[in-house]
Amino acid sequence: MTQSFRSASGGLVERGRTLKFRFAGREYEGYEGDTLASALLANGVRLAGRSFKYHRPRGLIAAGPEESNILVTVGQGGRRTTNLRATEVDLYDGMVAAPVNCWPSLRFDVGAVNNLFSRWLGAGFYYKTFMWPHWMLFEGFIRRAAGLGQPSTEADPDRYELAYAHCDVLVVGGGAAGLAAAKAAAAGGRRVILCDQDTRFGGSLLWCDAEVEGLRGRDWVDRTVAGLSTQPNVRLAPRTTAVGHYDYNSVVLLERVPGREGEARDGARERLWQVRAEQVIYACGALERPIVFPGNDKPGIMLASAARQYANRWGVRTGDRLVVFTNNDSAYDAALAAADAGARLIAVVDSRANVDAQRQKQITACGAELITGGAVIETHGDTVLKGVTVREGAGRTRRIACDGLLMAGGWNPTVHLYSQAGGKLRWEDARAFFRPDGVRDAIACVGACNGTLGLAAALQEGHEAAAFGRAGAPASPQTEEPAIEPLWRVDAPGKAFVDFLNDVTAGDIAQAARENFVSVEHLKRYTTLGMAPDQGKTSNVNALAVMGEATGRAPAQVGTTRYRPPFTPVSMASYRGRLRGDLYRPYRHTPMHAWHLAHGGKIEEFGEWQRPALYLQPGEDHEQAVRRECRAVRTACGLFDASPLGKIEVRGPDAARFVDLIYANTMSTLKPGKLRYGLMLNELGIIIDDGVAARLDEETFLVGTTSGGADKIAAGMEEWLQCEWIDLKVLVAPVTTDWAVINIAGPASPQVLAAVGCDFDPDPKRFEHLSFRTGAVGGIPARVMRVSFTGEASYEINVPADRALDLWERLYAAGKPFGIEPFGIDALMQMRTEKGFLHVGSDTDGTTVPADVGWTKVANRPVDFVGKRSLLWETNQDPSRPQLVGLSEAGGQVLAIGEHVRDPKGDKPTIGYVTSSGYSEALGRGVALAMIQGGRARIGEELVTTRSGQRVRIVEAAAYDPKGERLNG
Amino acid sequence: MLLIKCPFCGERDEIEFRCGGESHIQRPASDVSDETWGAYLFARENPRGVHFERWVHHAGCRQWFNLARDTVTHEIRSVYPITAPRRGPSQ
Repeated sequence: MTQSFRSASGGLVERGRTLKFRFAGREYEGYEGDTLASALLANGVRLAGRSFKYHRPRGLIAAGPEESNILVTVGQGGRRTTNLRATEVDLYDGMVAAPVNCWPSLRFDVGAVNNLFSRWLGAGFYYKTFMWPHWMLFEGFIRRAAGLGQPSTEADPDRYELAYAHCDVLVVGGGAAGLAAAKAAAAGGRRVILCDQDTRFGGSLLWCDAEVEGLRGRDWVDRTVAGLSTQPNVRLAPRTTAVGHYDYNSVVLLERVPGREGEARDGARERLWQVRAEQVIYACGALERPIVFPGNDKPGIMLASAARQYANRWGVRTGDRLVVFTNNDSAYDAALAAADAGARLIAVVDSRANVDAQRQKQITACGAELITGGAVIETHGDTVLKGVTVREGAGRTRRIACDGLLMAGGWNPTVHLYSQAGGKLRWEDARAFFRPDGVRDAIACVGACNGTLGLAAALQEGHEAAAFGRAGAPASPQTEEPAIEPLWRVDAPGKAFVDFLNDVTAGDIAQAARENFVSVEHLKRYTTLGMAPDQGKTSNVNALAVMGEATGRAPAQVGTTRYRPPFTPVSMASYRGRLRGDLYRPYRHTPMHAWHLAHGGKIEEFGEWQRPALYLQPGEDHEQAVRRECRAVRTACGLFDASPLGKIEVRGPDAARFVDLIYANTMSTLKPGKLRYGLMLNELGIIIDDGVAARLDEETFLVGTTSGGADKIAAGMEEWLQCEWIDLKVLVAPVTTDWAVINIAGPASPQVLAAVGCDFDPDPKRFEHLSFRTGAVGGIPARVMRVSFTGEASYEINVPADRALDLWERLYAAGKPFGIEPFGIDALMQMRTEKGFLHVGSDTDGTTVPADVGWTKVANRPVDFVGKRSLLWETNQDPSRPQLVGLSEAGGQVLAIGEHVRDPKGDKPTIGYVTSSGYSEALGRGVALAMIQGGRARIGEELVTTRSGQRVRIVEAAAYDPKGERLNG
Repeated sequence: MLLIKCPFCGERDEIEFRCGGESHIQRPASDVSDETWGAYLFARENPRGVHFERWVHHAGCRQWFNLARDTVTHEIRSVYPITAPRRGPSQ
């Protein structure tokens, strides 16, 4: 017996195309055009999920994005997507779906034991109970027990895209008002985007009997959409939900690209659009409210409008014996539609004492009973609805057998995005809803979204909002008066749910009121009401009205929380689009990258650059390779790719004045042809970068920065020049990637240079350390600098990036007879550690000032520079500050970086820590640098490491060649 | 996402810009008191309403400029050169 609840005809499904699917382990069939929700109901599936907290049995409550009971997981493997609303999942053949939050099965659920203890599990239970000894002790367990669907642990193989669009008018919602707006805007020649979350346009015209311009509603929709689709200035976007409204009419749309949710596809699965619109027209309709009465969450109870949609849109009856519970007129049409779909209407329970005579007649004509002034006070059935107990106006109660109950508590205009945009809401007593308060200049709400009732008025309002553009619509059109008398809560014992998704009851709200969490903001946080995937679509207004009743306030006084994006959940993958994996951000490769890979280079990311940490030879492990590379540099010659070093040209008549301002030390006295090491500070006096500056000529400096600091130092220079020293005539040009840098270091370097041929004398005795030559190396134009981070005689050869690989290969070939080896970052860092050379970021942190690394005199420079005044602070001159020194382990062992040390004679738990450490191949023992409190005055003292208990001695930072003699070859 | 009218490039999305915080802060000479220097480093306006701040078109022309932004509505009330005095509704 399949699809026993499907009517013989009617609805917008293709009965010729049967789709098979699995839900909670069972096989079912549906039709093309179904959602998972409509297909489940067509098969009579009432119990379709369990609630979040109490694990109560639940069924579908809605037909659209406001569904707050049935969240499902769809698909398998990496494509498994969870916490989807069953009402928004388009059915496809072979779908595998399951409800979330059921274990081990939907029918037998262990967590349902919570329901038995629910008396003690009310709002704030966890906060109050798990206080001792500390909440953190319990949090992990509680969070595991709660929660919704489990995400896949596999990577999602599908593609997601970020897209951008601009338009004159963005119309959100393709119902009657939205279509009228789009039509008018398009006719005015404006660029229009019309989006709707549904797979087809039409909104309520798809499920209400209505006539527009002499046509049946659906036919008018078809004609209008067909007309719009031929216009070049219109983009139609079905399956596209507006999820967020941000500043300046920046609206984010989530497009679900057609295709099978759980299976491979060629194109993108979802597309996240950022649309900038001159005008935004919200025509997103209204959402029906449930009624708060005891047992209102039993499977079989749903919104009246949902039943009407299932009947008319999908040809599905939502029960065989229906009772309707309402406080307004709109439920009557829903009741009749459900009856048309084949259900038997038993009774309409209307909380109002007086009901329109024509409505009465319609109901009695169906053979149903009308109970006025009544209320449903109890529902029956173990897992699904079997009957209701009704209290009649006179107070008499009786039981009515039924398997479906439609509830209609009134309507809430879908003001979420308008509210996100900062739009104010106004409570309307007569209509019992919040509606947009006035029109913001470039945002209009039209139709039901604006609280405008009636089809004709909605069409007129939509048309005028677009036709009048930013000037705004004229006076509101004639709108029907609603027939509603609010019923916020049925006063009867039992659990009456307000927020179905978060299992918040009227009792929880009363408790919040008793405990003085009376503001809507407190109410929300204390009870979790309105949080999580549905963002209170069905619950918010009922909740604040119930709170109002509990505290003697009208809804207008209670107010609402401002709605937050997203309107419906957005997958994390959509936010990233294609920017993940290799496309997460661009790789930075040097010109020698391929060479490194071909020669065993182990590539790691350093300051966004992909660089070889070392070069592995066959049979070597990591440590052996680094030691071999160090040995080559110290005894023969090494080749290092230093291309990422930051290079910034600073030029102009005031260049010398400017470099004096940005360096902590004097640079203006540098002679052309010479180099000088310098520190850069921020205004707090903290070291932010270091490097070597070259004076190319009187008016030009080439400022060298660390590889990771190049971008921010250049940007910082621009800021100083444009915002502070605006009179200085200086231009700044970052040239880092114009020049590749090949560093050749070691005693054999001059011979290798001579072997490839250079038009200057490379002898380190005559080509002095910290000077540079401009000439040619191997026939390639080069600027060669005598600087060294290894402590050996060293040459940094700057060549145009496109010539670098050629020169690198020639140097490598020429160096072979001399024992040349390429070396990576690890060997470089090891060698600079044994030389005691500072590495900004390793040996320094966000508190290190120049004096801490031995630069005590710069604070006394007579001129101003960035950060100078901060160096004069007492705290920055304190001799007990951490200072950079060397550490030597008694047994020559290597210390762990980050290891703290203490004074065995003192009582402080730590007086500093190891910042750099490694095994020195040249010395045959471990070497380390450390920041030690007052360290320089304590050289020679013995300390103990706090964790490993190793004995260490404070020594000079430079462990190897302390006099620097090797620099000169 | 703000729509910022760069004085050199025209209207662009906020992601192309970086905010440099409050503008019109005078950098004192280096012989001022600790209090004055500390105020320069750390004391900032935090108004409800119009805030004068400097921005740079980082992913564009890399030029700095000033703007007056309403911290409540995010509305940009004026955009003006980096060297110009405050320009905005409360001035």
